[in-house]
This record gives sequence, structure tokens and C-alpha cells, in this order.
Amino acid sequence: MITVTDLRKVYQQGKKEVVALDGVTLSVPKGSIHGIIGHSGAGKSTLVRCLTLLDRPTSGSVSIDGTELSSVRDSEIRAARRRIGMVFQHANLMDSRTAAGNVAHPLELVKTPKDKTRTRVAELLKLVGLEGFENAYPSQLSGGQRQRVGIARALASEPEVLLCDEPTSALDPATTNEILDLIQELTSRLQLTVLIITHEMNVVKRVCNSVSLLSRGRIIEHGALEDVAGELDSQLARALLPLPPSFPLPGPLQRGPVLEIVFSGDSAKEPVLTGVARHFDMDINVLAGSVETLGGQQFGHLRVQLAENSDVDGVLGYLTDRGISARRVAPVAGAAPEFPDTLPDPDLPDPVVPNQGLHPTKEQGRHE
Amino acid sequence: MNDFFSNPVLVKALPEAIIETLQMVGISAFFTVLVGLPLGVFLHVSAPGGLRPMPVINRILSDIVVNITRSIPFAILMVALIPLARALTGTSLGPVAASVSLSIGTIPFFARLVETCLRDVHHGKIDAAQVMGSTNMQVISKVLLRESLPPLVAAATTTVVTLVGYSAMAGLVGGGGLGKLAYNYGFQRFDVSVMIVTIVLIVVLVQVIQLVGERISRSLDHR
Repeated sequence: MITVTDLRKVYQQGKKEVVALDGVTLSVPKGSIHGIIGHSGAGKSTLVRCLTLLDRPTSGSVSIDGTELSSVRDSEIRAARRRIGMVFQHANLMDSRTAAGNVAHPLELVKTPKDKTRTRVAELLKLVGLEGFENAYPSQLSGGQRQRVGIARALASEPEVLLCDEPTSALDPATTNEILDLIQELTSRLQLTVLIITHEMNVVKRVCNSVSLLSRGRIIEHGALEDVAGELDSQLARALLPLPPSFPLPGPLQRGPVLEIVFSGDSAKEPVLTGVARHFDMDINVLAGSVETLGGQQFGHLRVQLAENSDVDGVLGYLTDRGISARRVAPVAGAAPEFPDTLPDPDLPDPVVPNQGLHPTKEQGRHE
Repeated sequence: MNDFFSNPVLVKALPEAIIETLQMVGISAFFTVLVGLPLGVFLHVSAPGGLRPMPVINRILSDIVVNITRSIPFAILMVALIPLARALTGTSLGPVAASVSLSIGTIPFFARLVETCLRDVHHGKIDAAQVMGSTNMQVISKVLLRESLPPLVAAATTTVVTLVGYSAMAGLVGGGGLGKLAYNYGFQRFDVSVMIVTIVLIVVLVQVIQLVGERISRSLDHR
């Protein structure tokens, strides 16, 4: 279990103060994987450096299983660091060492006996699926294999927490999935607490139990994956269940109101759309949709168009009664961004048009 | 050909000159690495943003000592250091005395090369080592030096080759060796064969050093 409380980091840049972390609070229970997602400049790297104690936070605390890390004395900092294993984007292996030598590196630092090191290294390499690669140098390994060595090395000192900084950003999609599956398997097998810092939503979708959205040094949204995905209004949900751009279909449905609907968990199993169609005796067109399994639950995100002059409020009420979040949106919608660049500006009108979405919105303008 | 073997200079003085040159290069190479390597490591580690920044000492060593020493032409430095050589070795003549000024001339050069090699070690490797709980000394020995061993060997090779050139110069002011031979007999006595033989020998010596250095460097390189 890792707990981060009100972590702040302020850098002095000449006379100017740069706030890199502005009160980050999060907590990850043992055996679960937490994703921290954010754009470059959001404060991800600073967060990593503060968590690994490469940088001291300005204020706030980082603790593992109740032991405070951020305020340890310099002499104890090395022991504290060994409680966190770290996986880097480019693995950062030593080129002069073989795979076995790299995994043995953290053990050498605390003068582990040779025979003990040897058995532990063999164990770790087997754990990450690299048996038989003991004597290979990093240059002879593929990117995925190098990352496996990196993971084995991170686990060598038996840390409670595994911190992964963009662990798959340098890998191809197939290898990315292999590495993520490995991290997931190790998390449950070794009861690790895992933090994955990433800019790829795919990583979050595939392995994370919970997620935080970091923006300008603050966590602006967070929660269990199944909770945030069900919230139609959250930026994370839009990124987790993106919809392709769509345009109203030609024909009689053209001027009908457009709704966005998110099904989650159990409600995804009910045939709601046909329910609506029967109950209100109307035609419904699906404009766009995406279905994902997130945190072990089925999620669906649909953009549908109802017949003209239909009872929109009635339909929304019908859906809400069944625990489905739905709302009316502009008839023309662009693709949801992977995740939003900036915080929504309060001065701009909400892109969701409450009544009749005839005036151009910010979303529309982008695609014209 | 007959000329070469009947030439008393080549038969008698040449073997001695070769040994003196090798002595000068050997002794000064040893001390250059002995002092230059730690100096280079210190320059790198104490630089701003380094493992243990020490701006003032770094400034003094880098700007004043290393740069000033390096900006004095070796021919002048060599002569200027004769009193020091006498104080340290008891004489100002011979290969051992010449090694003093040779070492002092090449230590800053080698230290700079070491510093450059260490700077090329990817910062992520240092981060990785620190996160796994390395002390600064462990980062230096297990990451900085070990990861940059191939370029360090190449730097040492370059330094030794430079030393061969300097040693010929040192020969002129009492160091002996091939430089003195070429000057005394080849130049002052117009003995062309001595001149040719020393040039060929020095070229061969440099080639051998370069070849061996490159071999070692390559065998250590696993990148």
C-alpha cells in the first residue's frame, strides 16, 4: 500500500517559482495497479522523481505501509529507495552487464553472497520468462526482452511497490501487451502495489484497477476504472470509451435529437435500446459506439439519434431509472481526444448543447 | 642495407634509445592514468548537475589548473618543469626525469578525455543505479567507469600515442630516447639512415599502440 498525501514540488527557476506538483494525493492498495495518466508537462516526471526520492518534495508525504519515506534522513535514503522497484521507459540496463549481471546489480550493492545472488537471479529471470538468456547482453535482446530484464532487476530487492514510468511507450503494440500482462501477473502473484505512469490510455484500459488524471500538477479526476468509465461527464470516461466522429444520417431521422449513453456493469446486459424503442414506439439510429471491458466490467458508450419530435426528457428519464447515464449532445460530434489537453475553460460554453444543438460548438469547429 | 648494420650509431645507440623511449612512455602513461583518471572522474562528478556538485572546487580545477596547463605548449612546459623534475627525481637527465614533465603535460589532457567519456554515459543508467540504492561511489565504479570502459580505453590509447610524440620532444632536453637519437645523429650529423630508422620505428610504435588499444576497446564493448 502506497499513500501519497498533498505532495507539492516547487522548483526555483531563477527568480520564478515553478509549481510542478500542486498537492497530489493518492493511495493505492496492495495487489492493485493504479494508472497515472497525463500529458507531458503535467508533472508526471516530477512525481516519479519525488516518489523515488531522486528529488525531495517541497512538502507533503509519501509512505509505504505506514512508513514515511519522504522525510527520511539522507543516510537512510538508500534503504528507503530499495522499497520501491522502478521500471523505466527505456529499461536503462547497463550495456556492460549481461541479463544476469543486470539483475544481480541491486543485490551486489548490499553485498549479497555470490551463491545466493546466483539462485535469486535465476529465479527472477524465470519469473519474467527469460530462462536461458542469462548470458545475453542487452544489445542482443529485443526491446520487450530488455524491459523484462528491467522488471526482474526492479524486483530483485523485493520491493513492496513497483513504479513503472512509461514502461511500454518505447514498445510495439504486441510487445506492449505482453509486458502489461507480465506486470499484471506479477502484481497478483507477488502482491505488489503498482503505479504505472503513462500517456497511453490503452495501458490504463488493459491493466489498471484505478486511474488518476494528472494535469498541471494536480489530480483532477481519479477513481476505480469502473467508476470513472460510467461517468459520462468525466474526461477520463471520454478517453476510456472514445467515440468516432459521426454525422446525422440522411433521411427522416436527420433532425432528431442526439443522445450519448453509457452503459456500465449490469445495465450493459439489458437490451436498453430496444427497450426504449418499444416503450416509446420510436426509431433509433446508432451513430457511433464503443464497447470495452474495463476493470472486469462491460462498458458501452453509444451515440444515438432519436426520431424527430420524440420525447427526449421521457427517454432520458427512462434511461436514468435504469441506472444508465445519458444526456443530449450536439448533433455533430468529433472524435473524443485520447484525453483532453487542458482543463475545460469555465468561460467557454459547455460543448454539450442542452436544448437544440444548432449553433456551432467548440467541438464542431475543430473538424470543419 | 649493409649501411644500416655497419652504422655504429644504429648498432650501439639505437637499442638503448628504444628502451629509453619505452621507459618514458611507460612510466608517464602509468602516472597519467593514475592521476588523470581520478581527476577526470572528479571533474565530472563535481560539475553542476553531477553526482555531487562542488561548484567552487570544480571551477578551480577545471578552469584554472586543467585549462592553463593544457594551454601551455608542451615544449615550454617541459623546460619550465625541469627544476621540479630535479627536485622529484634528483636529476634533470634521463627518461625518469623526463617522465615528470611528460606526466604533468598529459594528465590534464587525459582527465578531459575521461570527463568527456563519463558525460556520454546515459543519465537514465545513473537514475536506475540510484533508485536501486547505490552510493555515489557505487555509481562511479559500477556505472560511470564500467559503462564507459571501451571509450576510456580508447582515450588512454590516444593519450599514449600523444606521449610518444611528447617523448621525442622530451628527448631533446635530456630525456634521451629516439627523439634525441634522431636529433643528434639524424639532424646534426646529417645521417639520413638514422633519421629514417627512427621515423620508421616511431611510426611502428604508434601503430602497435593504436592497434592494441582498439582491440582491447572493442573486446570490452557490448553495446
